[in-house]
Amino acid sequence: MSTVDTQLSKHSCEKIDALIAKFPADRKKSALLGALNVVQHENQGFLTEALMDAVADYLQLAKIEVYEVASFYSMYELKPVARHNVAICTNICCMLMGSQTIVDHVEKKLGIKLGESTADGRIYLKIEEECLAACTGGPMMQVDHVYHENLTAEKVDEILDGLE
Amino acid sequence: MTEELVTITVDGQELKAPKGAMLISVTDKENIRVPRFCYHEKLSVAANCRMCLVEVEKAPKPLPACATPIMEGMVVHTRSAKAKAAQKAIMEFLLINHPLDCPICDQGGECELQDMAMAYGQDVSQYSEGKRVVLDKSIGPLIATELTRCIHCTRCVRFGEEIAGVREMGMTNRGERARIATFMNQAVTSELSGNVIDLCPVGALTAKPSRFAARAWEMIQHASVAPHDCVGSNVFVHVLRHDVIRVVPRDNEAINEVWISDRDRFSYEGIHSEERLTTPMVKHNGEWKRTDWDTAMGVVSDKIKAMLEDDAIGVDKIAALVSPNSTLEELYLAQKLMRSMGSGNIDHRLRQSDFSDQNSVPVMPWLGQDIEDLENLNAALLIGSNVRKDQPMISHRLRKAVVNNGAQISFINPRTYEFNFPVASNISVAQQRLVNELALIAAAAYKASKNAMAPHLKNILTGLKPTVEHKAIISQLKTAEKSTVLMGNLASMHPNSSVLRALAEAIAIETGSVLGYLSEGANAAGAWLAGAVPHRGVAGESENIVQGYHAGEINNQSPAAVILLNVEPELDSVHAMKNTLAQADMVVAITAFDSPTLRETANVLLPAATFTETSGTFVNIEGAWQSFKGVCPPQGDARPAWKILRVLANLLDQKDFDYMSSEDVRNELRSQCESIVLSNTTVADASIEMNPAGDELMRSGDVPMYAGDALLRRATSLQKTSDADTFCLRVNSAEAARLGVMGSDSVSVTQEGLSALMNLVIDNSVPDGSAWIPMAIKGNEQLGNAFAAIKVEKV
Ligand code: SF4
Ligand code: FES
Ligand code: FES
Repeated sequence: MSTVDTQLSKHSCEKIDALIAKFPADRKKSALLGALNVVQHENQGFLTEALMDAVADYLQLAKIEVYEVASFYSMYELKPVARHNVAICTNICCMLMGSQTIVDHVEKKLGIKLGESTADGRIYLKIEEECLAACTGGPMMQVDHVYHENLTAEKVDEILDGLE
Repeated sequence: MTEELVTITVDGQELKAPKGAMLISVTDKENIRVPRFCYHEKLSVAANCRMCLVEVEKAPKPLPACATPIMEGMVVHTRSAKAKAAQKAIMEFLLINHPLDCPICDQGGECELQDMAMAYGQDVSQYSEGKRVVLDKSIGPLIATELTRCIHCTRCVRFGEEIAGVREMGMTNRGERARIATFMNQAVTSELSGNVIDLCPVGALTAKPSRFAARAWEMIQHASVAPHDCVGSNVFVHVLRHDVIRVVPRDNEAINEVWISDRDRFSYEGIHSEERLTTPMVKHNGEWKRTDWDTAMGVVSDKIKAMLEDDAIGVDKIAALVSPNSTLEELYLAQKLMRSMGSGNIDHRLRQSDFSDQNSVPVMPWLGQDIEDLENLNAALLIGSNVRKDQPMISHRLRKAVVNNGAQISFINPRTYEFNFPVASNISVAQQRLVNELALIAAAAYKASKNAMAPHLKNILTGLKPTVEHKAIISQLKTAEKSTVLMGNLASMHPNSSVLRALAEAIAIETGSVLGYLSEGANAAGAWLAGAVPHRGVAGESENIVQGYHAGEINNQSPAAVILLNVEPELDSVHAMKNTLAQADMVVAITAFDSPTLRETANVLLPAATFTETSGTFVNIEGAWQSFKGVCPPQGDARPAWKILRVLANLLDQKDFDYMSSEDVRNELRSQCESIVLSNTTVADASIEMNPAGDELMRSGDVPMYAGDALLRRATSLQKTSDADTFCLRVNSAEAARLGVMGSDSVSVTQEGLSALMNLVIDNSVPDGSAWIPMAIKGNEQLGNAFAAIKVEKV
């Protein structure tokens, strides 16, 4: 597999090969979500056109197919973003539990709006459209891969200040 | 296997249909109208628009007719209160985000959404919130987008994946932000892309070249036949008053199904070219003067008469070169005129250079099978064919064979072409080595069949050692239930086409495959029947006819008079004709277009009609005679070429040229063709020789998709697409290194004492030993024959 001429790193290729191996040989497409995760992770949390092309070639898919998937799922970023991905849930349960106050607080604190990154490249405030499935702990947010529940302004300050 | 039939009841009517068929396909057959947007007979079922909801008894909710397989005893109501309520609700939802901008939409009047909204929509919308807007991006010169109107039926996406074989359009983002897009807004490149215009049920994708030119109800629709390739796709020409506004497909399951290529759809733009010749013109002392028909025809007939009477010249010195895109009637009259004057110097094979086996060529080289049959193939070998670009509808059938039957299709070509289906083998070798390569496959065929080699091939096949790949191709053909060997356009143009043909025939015989031909232009098959070849008369008659010189020889015979029928000599011929024409006393060009080279080489220009302006017939590669009528008047003083030829014959006092209509001409020919039984079997010629390929760099090339004839070369939108090639030199990187040149260098190429400057493109689809220069495009007039040794130097 790694004989293919590709822009992807050796490490990415190995991981993607492992994903491909989980599916039948003629169903490489099934590895697409995982492959995009791997590549995005290695590229500081966002995808570029060149990387999506490379994934398309690697999995023998049409470029547009990869782009469809990457643009469909909110977990993929198609523009450069800051290092830490902070997603405050604003779906219905969290909204009832006061997520708007948390959003207002964070926006004011960081001086950016949802969907923007701080100038120092530290925090990216993601617009999260979906319920993150932790409704019992609303309001909640996800910071990188970790869930934080029952948020208050103080708690949020503490978490955000603790990010490198 | 007989299908199991089940009985269902639709709106009280009992129907029998195969079990498991989708409900909508059953109701469609019975003419029970179920509304739909996403369903299309030729595409997979997506069931995403929900417009086709119907009531099915015992089902708790309405079901989509396009995705509901029928079962015994099913009772369906397509217009019950429940069905109607569901259909109305869906209509309302579909219109929520729709801009309702029919007055400024090009689709207005022929829009499925508009029609459905009339039938199922409310008069007033309850929706007063903001609507979404999609900013448009250009996706190329052929298709205009207005994606705010899109209803996300995904027909266009499925077309790309399932029919065109290239996935270019897709649905990106999701929910309210979902939109149709190409990857990073690139232009679509498929040669079938225009079909999404017809598929799109709304005004989201419309034809860019004819945008806003006319309303659907103002135009008159005329049936016609596409004039560019040997398929003869059926089309409708839409005419507003006297102008052709657009061309769309006309359904014919046996030929083009419901599709046409972009070439057939957009070539009509050439009709309105500024280069149209609108009056007869005569050259006097080097000066061109517009004149009337009588004067121009008088000049021509006086001159030819004088030549016929002059013993020093004689009829042998008169020649006619005719385009294989001319109609059957034109070709028949041209040859009849020539032969009745006593000359057999007529040829349509202007891009052929090997004529050595012409006496054993079939009466009409043809596909050997029906076009429709191609989709049942299990294996095929195509020799010298870029079928995807040369005959897109043939390629479509081959693609179906691959996708549906897993057919193994292989190619052997002078360049590595890309196809829109997976191929078994894609061999490419320099043009001068093609024969040797095919010989290896033929040798493998004899090895596999264990038959003795045909005597005429022994010479070149003995001792050859085929590789695994050659053997694999043979075993695919041999084990296939249905297989074919097809000679493509590049094979008949090849300087050794006779050897290629002999080998192809041997391969077909030894593997039990059908031998077939694909030909250039719309009517090469017709040209054979009409006798537009020097060595055979009408319907292949080879005895008692006046024999003449072929297209290659005419060049060396210094003709005194040359009649050109729809030919631009520097582009439509592989032979460098400039000098031949320059020394001729009289060159008459019957042509729809004026051009600087015609002005340089001809003495008289006679303005001819294009395919929409004349009646005529094309014979396609499966032997179907397809006649069509003129759908609009010729531009200016132009006349149908068959009339010009008839009048010329009258003026030259030739007998039996009293035709009143093109049908008269056709019927006369038809009656002579009745007894022809099509067959590609030939009698083997004398032993075949093969010259070993040298190490020299050889020029070769093909005819780019949008350069094949005068009309196409003037189709402005097609010329803006990526399939419109430019005059440049392509070599692969290894060859470039050997030549000491680099990409984007300017190079000077020299062949046979002629030279030209051009840009170099490094292209690894060109094999070693080959210098690729596309034919039939401007620039070629500077160089000589299309296949020759060539020198390349950096400038
Ligand atoms: S652009 Fe037209 S064909 Fe394509 S999804 Fe939208 S409505 Fe359907
Ligand atoms: S609504 Fe926020 S986690 Fe479910
Ligand atoms: S036509 Fe059936 S869901 Fe669209």
